Amino acid sequence: MTVAVEKPEKTKPVEPPAPVEEARKVSRSMMVGAILVVWLVLFLVLRGKQTLALAAADLTDLHRWFNDVNDSIGANRNSNPLFLYFFNEIRLVIDTLVTFVQELISQPSADRPVPQIGWLGVVGIAGYVSWAVGNWRVALLAVAGFTFLGLQGLWQESMDTLALTVSAVFVALLFAIPLGVWAGLSDRFNRVITPFLDFMQTMPTFVYLAPLTLFFLIGPASATIATVIYAAPPAIRITAHAIRSVPATTVEAADSLGATRRQALLKVLLPMSKRTVVMGVNQTIMAALAMVTIAALIDAPGLGKTVVQALQTLDVGTAFNAGLAIVVMAIVLDRVTTAASAREEAARRSKNRFLAWRRPLLAAGAAVTAVLAYLSHTYLWAAEFPGEGGTGSTIRSTADSVTTWVQDNLSGLTNAFRDVLTNSLLNPFQALLTDSPWWLVGGALIALGVVLGGRRAGVTTAVCVGLLVGTGVWSDGMTTLASTLVATVLVMLLGVVFGVWMGRSALVDRLIRPTLDAAQVMPPFVYLVPFLALFGATRFTAIVAAVVYAAPVAMKIIADGVRNVPATTVEAATSAGCNTWQIITKVQLPMARGALTLATNQGLIYVLSMVVVGGLVGAGALGYDVVAGFSQGQLFGKGLAAGLAIVLLGVMFDRITQAAARRTSA
Amino acid sequence: MTTQTEVPQRRGTPQDSGSTPVISVRRLWKVFGPKADQVPDSEELRGLTRRELMDRTGCTAAVRDIHFDVSPGEVFVVMGLSGSGKSTLVRCLTRLIEPTAGEVVFEGEDIRQADDRRLRDLRRRKFSMVFQHFGLLPHRRVVENVAFGLEIRGMGRAERVRRAQEVVELVGLAGYENSYPDQLSGGMQQRVGLARALAGDPDVLFFDEPFSALDPLIRRDMQNEVIRLHHEVGKTMVFITHDLSEALKLGDRILIMRDGKMVQCGTGDELVGAPADDYVREFVKDVPRGDVLTLRWIMRPAEDGDPLDGPELGPDVVVKEATRAVLAADKPVKVVEDGKLLGIVGDEEILAVVAGQEGGA
Repeated sequence: MTVAVEKPEKTKPVEPPAPVEEARKVSRSMMVGAILVVWLVLFLVLRGKQTLALAAADLTDLHRWFNDVNDSIGANRNSNPLFLYFFNEIRLVIDTLVTFVQELISQPSADRPVPQIGWLGVVGIAGYVSWAVGNWRVALLAVAGFTFLGLQGLWQESMDTLALTVSAVFVALLFAIPLGVWAGLSDRFNRVITPFLDFMQTMPTFVYLAPLTLFFLIGPASATIATVIYAAPPAIRITAHAIRSVPATTVEAADSLGATRRQALLKVLLPMSKRTVVMGVNQTIMAALAMVTIAALIDAPGLGKTVVQALQTLDVGTAFNAGLAIVVMAIVLDRVTTAASAREEAARRSKNRFLAWRRPLLAAGAAVTAVLAYLSHTYLWAAEFPGEGGTGSTIRSTADSVTTWVQDNLSGLTNAFRDVLTNSLLNPFQALLTDSPWWLVGGALIALGVVLGGRRAGVTTAVCVGLLVGTGVWSDGMTTLASTLVATVLVMLLGVVFGVWMGRSALVDRLIRPTLDAAQVMPPFVYLVPFLALFGATRFTAIVAAVVYAAPVAMKIIADGVRNVPATTVEAATSAGCNTWQIITKVQLPMARGALTLATNQGLIYVLSMVVVGGLVGAGALGYDVVAGFSQGQLFGKGLAAGLAIVLLGVMFDRITQAAARRTSA
Repeated sequence: MTTQTEVPQRRGTPQDSGSTPVISVRRLWKVFGPKADQVPDSEELRGLTRRELMDRTGCTAAVRDIHFDVSPGEVFVVMGLSGSGKSTLVRCLTRLIEPTAGEVVFEGEDIRQADDRRLRDLRRRKFSMVFQHFGLLPHRRVVENVAFGLEIRGMGRAERVRRAQEVVELVGLAGYENSYPDQLSGGMQQRVGLARALAGDPDVLFFDEPFSALDPLIRRDMQNEVIRLHHEVGKTMVFITHDLSEALKLGDRILIMRDGKMVQCGTGDELVGAPADDYVREFVKDVPRGDVLTLRWIMRPAEDGDPLDGPELGPDVVVKEATRAVLAADKPVKVVEDGKLLGIVGDEEILAVVAGQEGGA
């Protein structure tokens, strides 16, 4: 019998929140309403005044100054010591690495008409590595996927993309894993690095590019560096998280046995965080692939370039074919790395039956792979992918004919849909933002920031508004803001509907979630292709693509929020006689409001990055400014300023919604 | 019970069993918070309650002014509620938490003076610890977990596996050497933790609430296992628990802590027979007194007219075991030690304890 000692004093029941709280909440939504009413009234009076509109070719002093900086950097690139001994050196190292990998698998090397390893070798290596780190199923997937890339007639482009991705991931992990371990071990370093990581992750992929071209010129080296910067944060973060989640008892147990710091790191912390770190590697690879394709805008070779060129000429068939190749590559990379992170666990469960065979099988596989690589190095048939890419042209023509058919037969439907949304929601909203005097919009944004996020968020908003005015692209910024907000509203609508559905039904969740997971690994701008076919080159295409791109995240967050509502609470509500609708609106959604705010935050960030990419398909505004800045020298400064404006919008959204999330969960 | 109680009034002081103590703790303090060092030195701050100290300095004193000795081969139990500082105390003994003030003397050496290398050496060879949540390495098999401490020391693979295998058998895990920890039940995982602690053949074993996370039945098995191991290997043990029955079952002596301070230190029958204050009295209220108290605690002095020709029993016989003899005899039982009459025990005294009434103590 156990006489467990009980705590003598029971914790006092929490006092119910004072009614003041309720009154304050009502007044908050009333204040938001009041701000909007005042804004509307003033808008009607002051419409069209002080809007800070700037024509497409017009420049401000800031833009010209950016241009001058660009020119002077261009002129002094080989004389300024900072460039000579720092930036140029980095560029050289990265360039050497990328060229080496490219000559290995994608580009002809100096004395050969073909790369060192041809398609047969690459497919063999991909299959073998997938099998070694994952399992035979993903190995089959890798072989089939890579072969499909060849059949599409996109072998060389795919290999360029793969080469850049591999190089960038290699460099990113070289820095990210040690930094992550450090951040996991040291609280101080973690505090220092976290704001940087937050900042880097809220940036739309797009805006990394312009400043980097300033220092590293356009081309593969810049693209790789941009990719490294974009892809490293997840790995740093997840590695640090993995180290931190090793149970304190285990570390203490090692200490109590007299382990040195080094022994604790090598024998306890690293082995125990391995699985999670591999998941971080997965995130890094997916981020790198997304960035490498977008880096086509600064002349990175590969599939992205094919898509961008096709998008700019509105060639849906080609864009679809190349986009499909990106999707295939994303799926292969994602599945293989996910299998890798699960492998050890699976092997342990399988009663060690195959472990005895594993070593000899691995050796045999390595031998076969080496033979394939040798064949592809020596014989032309194994080096150049056979056939003319017949599958690719079939896909292209099918996509084209589907597009034509849709435009011929469904244009009434799609155009009606587009026009209704554009005229009823988008245009009025955009007019409100762009035709109001800048100080009115700015004032309203700051006031909303204060009401929703508190004083500190208000200060951040004020700084962002001020700087936005300073960038000289205020009007374009407001257009982008309008599109972003409209798209986010749609994302949240979808998110709530599907999120609640998934949260309430395990079956629906099981059916939908794999699709959402798959959707999230796609690089953003493949989303543009199908909607380009449906809606033509308008900002509406970008908005719909953004909604589709951002909705999965919102749905998953809301579904998790709804699921985390304690079952007993729902049970209590049911026993009190609530019907389903009442349970959703009175129990589940209010209790999941933390998740709702978080979903809004993520939705805004995702939508913003996509709306901006939409500049490629006629969405105009900031995205167009950035794209034009890459292609036309005299617009470089304006593009850079537009990039800055995107950053400012992102920071503003993020700060306000984060602060609001903290308030609701507090 | 190995230590002898001389007089019921002696309490709160360690028993001197003749040999030098293995661990000797003097004026030990652990204070968390800013300027923690000042608290143990300041006469004024030392007197404050936990709450007052928090308000005045922002510090929490988890361990305050603790002193005790642990004799070789003894099982010394530290008992208290959660938050009483017992886990902090045991960590201070091996400096997993750095004490703020005081001395921890281990085999004549003040552990607080040891440098990193010496401390590591002590941890590798002299003491080891069993944790509440096991702290096993999920990526290693049982035998590799057990051998972990030996590996840390730099012992060769063949030798450490051989030694680990021995210990695995000692704790009754033979047949599970090649399992992974997550394939074992909680009780078996803790056996691995126990084996890991024993593998290095330490002088002292520290147990930090090792069985609190286990089911009651498994817990009882594991307690018996510890008793068995104590008989077999005879290690000195310092055992932390919040469970009084566990403390009484395992402990030669028990130290009760509250808010970081020691309330009472003594054998189980001392705690039950002579609680130092209401706090301890409240604790031991539900203990079946007949199981713990000895005749020494319930005897009364022989008065004139008491028949003194009844049977004799020793003073350290537990009441429960004496009950039948006392009730069967038609005269009071004499409590005799070394031929000297200490007192007598009649039906009244026995029944007062067995029937659950408040005894005279």
